[in-house]
Amino acid sequence: MEVKIKSMKHEDFKDNQYIDKLVEELRASGTNVVVGKLNDLMNWGVSNSLWPFCFGTSCCAIEFMCLGAARYDMARFGFEVARNSPRQADYIMCQGTITYRMAPVLKRLYEQMAEPKYVIACGSCAVSGGPFTKSYCVVKGIDEVVPVDVYIPGCPPRPEAFFYGLMQLQRKIKVQKYFGGVNRKEKLSDELKQLKYCGGQVKKD
Amino acid sequence: MADLKDKISALCAQAQFDTEGEFLMVTVDDAQWHALALALKEQLHFDYLTAVVGVDWKESLGCVYYLTNTETQEIIHVKVATTDRENPRLHSVSDVWDVANYQEREVYDFYGIVFINHPDMRRFFLRNDWVGYPLRKDYDESDELNPLRLDDEMNEDYTCKWVEDENGEVKKVEGKLFEDEEYVINVGPQHPSTHGVMRYRVSLDGEMVKKVDVVSGYIHRGIEKLCEGLAYPSTLLYPERMDYMSAHMNRHCLCLCIEKAMGIEVPYRAELIRLMMDELMRLSSHLLSYGCLTMDQGATTAFFYGFRERELIYDIFDRTCGARMSMSYSTIGGVVADVHEDFIKDVRNACDVIEKNLKEYHKLFTGNVIAVGRMKGVGILTKEQAASYAISGPSARAAGLSCDLRKKQPYSLYNEFDFNEVVREEGDSMARYMVRMDEMVESIKILRQACDKLEACEDNEFCAKVPKLIKLPAGHWYQQVEASRGAFGVYIESDGDPKPFQKPYRMHFQTPCFNLVGIVDLTCRDNMIADLITITASIDYVIPDIDR
Ligand code: SF4
Repeated sequence: MEVKIKSMKHEDFKDNQYIDKLVEELRASGTNVVVGKLNDLMNWGVSNSLWPFCFGTSCCAIEFMCLGAARYDMARFGFEVARNSPRQADYIMCQGTITYRMAPVLKRLYEQMAEPKYVIACGSCAVSGGPFTKSYCVVKGIDEVVPVDVYIPGCPPRPEAFFYGLMQLQRKIKVQKYFGGVNRKEKLSDELKQLKYCGGQVKKD
Repeated sequence: MADLKDKISALCAQAQFDTEGEFLMVTVDDAQWHALALALKEQLHFDYLTAVVGVDWKESLGCVYYLTNTETQEIIHVKVATTDRENPRLHSVSDVWDVANYQEREVYDFYGIVFINHPDMRRFFLRNDWVGYPLRKDYDESDELNPLRLDDEMNEDYTCKWVEDENGEVKKVEGKLFEDEEYVINVGPQHPSTHGVMRYRVSLDGEMVKKVDVVSGYIHRGIEKLCEGLAYPSTLLYPERMDYMSAHMNRHCLCLCIEKAMGIEVPYRAELIRLMMDELMRLSSHLLSYGCLTMDQGATTAFFYGFRERELIYDIFDRTCGARMSMSYSTIGGVVADVHEDFIKDVRNACDVIEKNLKEYHKLFTGNVIAVGRMKGVGILTKEQAASYAISGPSARAAGLSCDLRKKQPYSLYNEFDFNEVVREEGDSMARYMVRMDEMVESIKILRQACDKLEACEDNEFCAKVPKLIKLPAGHWYQQVEASRGAFGVYIESDGDPKPFQKPYRMHFQTPCFNLVGIVDLTCRDNMIADLITITASIDYVIPDIDR
């Protein structure tokens, strides 16, 4: 099985281990034709109409606006319908620094989104805190707050990098199973889940 | 300077003076400060409070107030300090200059200095349950005190005030932000039309706005504290990330300030290139604000037009600086590399295209009935208000306050160029929009002249010889430039530390957008809630520039 994206060949993605592993898992468990086709249909739909929820807090958001404008035109890939409500979006595009004051807001917005939902961390700020890691009030990577699917480094990433990241998300979606041995959700114990969603601090109450 | 000194000592006998630095420095006790402030404004016409810089001098805490006389462009600075670190208190001047309201809240947030008689003494940037004052030199940064909290922050419904009675006793008085029967709605922090993560709490009467309470700090990144821990060359990257639409200007400003302190002479060619980059940035920024303003009113096509031309400018940056945004091009002593061989050709081409398309923009949007209806006579700012709120840039010039630093306090090579300052009288959203559109024409004019000059420039040197280790003598400096949204200022205080990697003792950035957000309440009052969006779009602030 190979993940197909029209505009980009499988070999063009150099770092495929993660997705290859998912594919292997899929092969090992196997599915019946009906469910498999249903999965394919679902994935085809989801991956080709990814609607972003723009969560632009700073500089990176301007580059994202360029993505929406004429030259880069992300409408070609089905990303264009930028939503302003988390309830209508498929993934959060987190562009920019997240500060301590913003972190609870980000978490709440993530929780408000409907499944299936994904998170992309754009720019070094969202990935790791970027130039502000040493600051007293900057979150050192949004994965302390929400689970992240794709990281796009750069300060700010170039539009091409944005596309690469977005397509990587498409690829990830294409190997997901919704029916028959669901692999879309990672199986996490309750405690682990709390760890993942609560910035490493398990709340005791 | 001596003349001014005499005048001020006539106003306040106890004032001490220091004429060594670039501007006259006045030191007064807190007891005389409020009276002196009033006199400076009324009698000597220092009507513009350029900057308020809180500083921790270890044995004392205090503020440096930079004042400008808008008629003569004279600048003085006044130092007021208190030695009480437990309960530091100073008198507020927010009744003299309106801009001091937010400025003093910032100082309270960073240093814990309480301003007596300030109407609204709350934190400005940090969460209201924050422990400690981060810019104090003895601040404890440990994570136990201020962990990453993922619980929602409670809304503040009360504010407080420290009032002084006749006997000099200071008492804390609590007050409500909104009355019980007021209808308050929340806009932001994640809202498509606030242009970033800004939050307003708006009190409404029907559709009319009664009051706007600004809740800022959702993108406060602690840049000033970060700078205190870095050597000078490393601090250069931060100004670019505050107002990213004035990246070149902001970085230019910090370079100018460091060069001024070290006495470095920048080669002519380098300064010319910097100036051209500044103007290109201004074009790009005004195009963006055109795009956003139009999009906020539903004209999505216009947005695409604005962005089409911005790509031309991005290409120029990309070729010469190697990046589309956050270019990191200016450096101490000049620029990092010479321009690309096609630079002049590209700039000329961009000028031609934009000049031609500006007409198209006007045709598409300016005369539109909806646009006119939503912008004309809406959100009016008067000249006096603009000065009192220390507004600069296009928003101030739309209100008739002539404040273009390129003309008023020429820096770089601006006095060699022939261009006009765009000033309008109306002060409404339309005027602010038109000032930007006309400024683009002036920028094109400057760029064309600069192209000729760069072609004629024989000199190939693009960076001066700068010592490997950047060290500043003890002292403090203030430098301003005209960024896309107004006057951007940098304050550097150095203790003359002889260590190899010298760090700034205090670095403060006075950003134009910080003052711009101060007029949101003023301009939106008694307008419709829908106009809040157009007014803030026409004021055109950039949130990371407010929060820093
Ligand atoms: S990664 Fe760089 S460009 Fe993006 S938000 Fe952070 S500082 Fe700005």
